[in-house]
Amino acid sequence: MRLADDEQAMLDGEQGEAVAAAMDLLVRYGEVLGAERLVDTDNVCGANLFGSRHSLVCGSPTPDAAFSEHSLDAPTVLTIPPVKAQSYQLIGPMDTKNWQVQGLPQAEHDEIMASEQYNAEHGIHLLTTCTPYQVGNVPLKGEHCAWMESSAVVYVNSVLGARTNVEGRESTGAAMLTGKIPYWGLHLEENRRGSHLIEVSTPVTSNRDWGLLGYWIGEQVPEEAIPVVDGITGTTPDLVRLKHFGAAAASSGGVEMYHVPGITAEARTRDEALAGRTPVETLGYGPAQRREAYEHLNATASDTSVDLVMIGCPHATLGQIRDVVRLLEGRRVHPDSELWVFTPRALRHVAEQNGYAKALEDAGALLMSDTCPAIGQFLPKGTRVIATDSAKQVHYLPAIMNVQGWFGTLAECVDAAVTGTWRGEQP
Amino acid sequence: MTDLARSGETVVLRGRGLVGGVAEGEALVTREAISGWGGVEPRKGRVIESRHELVGQSFAGKVLVFRGAKGSSGWSGMFHMSRLMGSAPAAMVFTTMNTKIALGVVVTHVPAITDLDGDPFELIATGDLVRVDADRGELTITRRGG
Repeated sequence: MRLADDEQAMLDGEQGEAVAAAMDLLVRYGEVLGAERLVDTDNVCGANLFGSRHSLVCGSPTPDAAFSEHSLDAPTVLTIPPVKAQSYQLIGPMDTKNWQVQGLPQAEHDEIMASEQYNAEHGIHLLTTCTPYQVGNVPLKGEHCAWMESSAVVYVNSVLGARTNVEGRESTGAAMLTGKIPYWGLHLEENRRGSHLIEVSTPVTSNRDWGLLGYWIGEQVPEEAIPVVDGITGTTPDLVRLKHFGAAAASSGGVEMYHVPGITAEARTRDEALAGRTPVETLGYGPAQRREAYEHLNATASDTSVDLVMIGCPHATLGQIRDVVRLLEGRRVHPDSELWVFTPRALRHVAEQNGYAKALEDAGALLMSDTCPAIGQFLPKGTRVIATDSAKQVHYLPAIMNVQGWFGTLAECVDAAVTGTWRGEQP
Repeated sequence: MTDLARSGETVVLRGRGLVGGVAEGEALVTREAISGWGGVEPRKGRVIESRHELVGQSFAGKVLVFRGAKGSSGWSGMFHMSRLMGSAPAAMVFTTMNTKIALGVVVTHVPAITDLDGDPFELIATGDLVRVDADRGELTITRRGG
């Protein structure tokens, strides 16, 4: 890989050992990729909130040790300087307000709060969400970014036309300290054109429909594919639908970018999406394919008694929170069930101001932030069955927490929380 | 397959060594991609993805032969953690490059190889003895007897 003068100087240690270690990681990573060079970035989203699970394996309890090992893959403990690039903390392991609901011990809470403080002191913005694009980090078309969080990456590449690969903790840690990331993959114009054509012949309107479509596409196309979703008629998707769609496609498979002609940033038409080329493969999506995705998403579930309903994967918008409040009007969460709604910290504040948080609490539900049950690995005690409106959450949570998971509409989920029973129906 | 050499039960493939070193172990083979975060449990190196063909099996100490990485961006972090917990694979052999697998092999610190001149899924079966020499870009398969 060819290094520019400023990059070579960083590698040589001109800006200290930590920056040198960061550059060393980027060089090792870029060479495995076969990247020719690095590119400047001033927009990095990473995951540097550490608790005991991370510190125990470091051989030293200090936050510098955790950052050196987990965020830079450095062989020794380094003193980490303030970040160079605009840097943002993604979703983490703990709700800073409702951590006791998670069942976390005081010591674990204290350790994660210390880690958060360390990030703040180093200049990392504490968004603590999987949806930075909702709350203050909306990259521009063409902007080179270094983001983790597959659901956010697929969103900003596709919907906004920003440029990022799916980065990891170590590459974003290194990008924060250097302002550099390998110039490879989706940073290059020629790699952003559509490869697979999906011809949709059934209506796709609700959040559930978009989740099903995304999950099916992720299962069908190879990891490197860029699907072009054609045939969406009669409806314009919104932020929530595309958030669910991309998250689903990035969970069942590895979709990092897609085009919806007429809707997404780099696809005014189907021809622009495909750059005039013939697709590698054309796949049809109709009622049979929708049924297949639905069955796969509900494959782990058989018991209809629901212990937890989880809403907000990826983190809920204010509109989604309002929808839950409205569906709960005049009803209460069943004594044997819980209803948890997850949103970014910043939006929780607004939801409190708007009265949504209190309305949820009055109905026996809870508004949470900063984390989710899959990332934080927590459930109400004794949970055996969960239900959610998120294809992503139902893909991961049963595997991680060994529970059954139902997938359906928001209304079906709220109904399950109120009755304690899953009554969802296959579309 | 031009460079493919056969001698008795041994097959040698050449490819691009990614992370240096030499390691040998029993092969664990899947044509599927693997999810890291949410697809792997790092204490024992077990695959946990509900409908994955390797679900319940551990790659700890094995030569993991697979298509590549999919799913969450926590891929590298999970394999990084498996190294720190002593349950990493002995080596990794894969066919599809992306940023998740590239960063993953870098931080796992085990020999890794790709771009092989033969189809590893045709030539390697689970249980075969595989030696990965990533310094020389060479993979040697010894078929399990009987």
